[in-house]
Amino acid sequence: MDLLLAYEGLFAFVGINGLLALSVYATLSCGQLSLANAGFMAIGAYTGALITLHSPGVPFLLVLLAAAAMPAVVAVPLGLPVLRLRGVFLAIATVGFGEVVRLVFVNWDYTNGALGLVAIPQRTKLWTIWLALAVALYLLGRLRGSRAGYALEAIREDETAASTMGIKTTAHKLLMLVLGAALAGLAGGLEAHYTFMVAPGGYAFGRVVDMLVQAVVGGTAAFFGPVVGAAFLTVLPELLREAGARLGFSPGPFRLFLNGAILLAVILYLPNGLVSLPRRLRRRRLA
Amino acid sequence: MTLSLSGVSRAFGGVRALDDATFTVAAGEVHGLIGPNGAGKTTLLNLISGLLQPTGGKIELDGRRIDRLPPHRIAGLGVARTYQNIRLFAGLSAADNVIVGQHLRRRASFWRRLLLLPSARREEAQARAGAEATLERVGMRERARSPAFSLSYGEQRRIEIARALAAQPRLLLLDEPTAGMNPPEAAAVARLVREVAREGRAVLLIEHNVRLVMELCDRITVLNFGKVIARGTPLEVANDPAVIAAYLGEGE
Repeated sequence: MDLLLAYEGLFAFVGINGLLALSVYATLSCGQLSLANAGFMAIGAYTGALITLHSPGVPFLLVLLAAAAMPAVVAVPLGLPVLRLRGVFLAIATVGFGEVVRLVFVNWDYTNGALGLVAIPQRTKLWTIWLALAVALYLLGRLRGSRAGYALEAIREDETAASTMGIKTTAHKLLMLVLGAALAGLAGGLEAHYTFMVAPGGYAFGRVVDMLVQAVVGGTAAFFGPVVGAAFLTVLPELLREAGARLGFSPGPFRLFLNGAILLAVILYLPNGLVSLPRRLRRRRLA
Repeated sequence: MTLSLSGVSRAFGGVRALDDATFTVAAGEVHGLIGPNGAGKTTLLNLISGLLQPTGGKIELDGRRIDRLPPHRIAGLGVARTYQNIRLFAGLSAADNVIVGQHLRRRASFWRRLLLLPSARREEAQARAGAEATLERVGMRERARSPAFSLSYGEQRRIEIARALAAQPRLLLLDEPTAGMNPPEAAAVARLVREVAREGRAVLLIEHNVRLVMELCDRITVLNFGKVIARGTPLEVANDPAVIAAYLGEGE
């Protein structure tokens, strides 16, 4: 219990980052590298924050649903044209979208420009975050093995072949973009009501890179992999800070270096992510 | 089920890959498509399955035009295919590949899975059993759990055929189904193709093994430089001077 209190913030961010990593995984699971999720997160965060600030009476559940729904709605007109693009072109187009969203919030007086919105009541509790994460995990877990789940895997492996099996590839890809947008928006709404503030700077390109790195480090072959990666990479700097305090060095820039080194090591030695580690070890022991 | 092509053409820039092709394939028929390399055979299959649009002419399935429909709609009308350069879902197991092939025949299961309804589990068990039965037909049941990429070339071709059969198509398009197979394997595929046609399905296949084509097909269409140069029974085609010229070259 003491541990929980002392590290409540850390546990909260493990959950929020887990949701964000899952939002990137949603599109990755059908082979699409979409990097619009920092933008979706921003839309969700601002939507939630504005509702709470302007009409404090709205129940928090509705606020969160709106935070998830708004980016999901935006994802449809974005997805229809950009999902025709493949690979790196899709990534570039969606990065563009994220930057546009950020710049809109920077220049919009209604949302207080670059300073953002402050003094948002703290309505997010630790359990809200973890409940949201559990729901997201359940959703994605049950998706695997369903007819749609098979269709998504087929699209990831070979989109052309999938289309000649009668799979509506565009509809499935769009659905996952919308689901990813909703998860990112939900995470944004939760974070806004946890940290008291939203500002455009929090949703820059680096944020979506964090999500992607966490998803890849955890492993995208299993639906829970991204959460493992998010937990690992969220806890790591705290451990470093502890270690730094005991050994008398400042981890500051060292943290980024270590993040990069871990990503590189995972890509080189564990291409299926941290979740493939147990099986890797078992196989080595047998060999 | 009748597939009919009338005056179908496809140009890539200035190259006429297919020029005014006209022929029909009927239910229960095994129709061979032969011709030298680059004759436009694969282009023709891509046009029928909707991966390419013709630049002229029309393709009809039971009198309904399909040449402007997207691939998934054409598949929905009962067309399944295999590929010359195998396009399996490499990371999935053999059985899972076949389950994807059942896509159009399965009921959506996500919501029922979400609610943990037993009907979803029953349906999954059914899909898996169906996939194993289909694998049995191509003699691959014991490899059901192997990842597709780990299989040999000939085995991958058989999985691809199983995946196409899983859709229970009315028209089956096979692009060189026996390439890379040894004679007994190829003979097994030929038997399977006959069996599929006996079920009342139409089969259109591209094949380079001339003996196999002659034995297997009811009718043959011969393409050369994108044009249909001969049509008819295997015997008629084999004795057609234009075909002999295309394959052996003109006499002096």
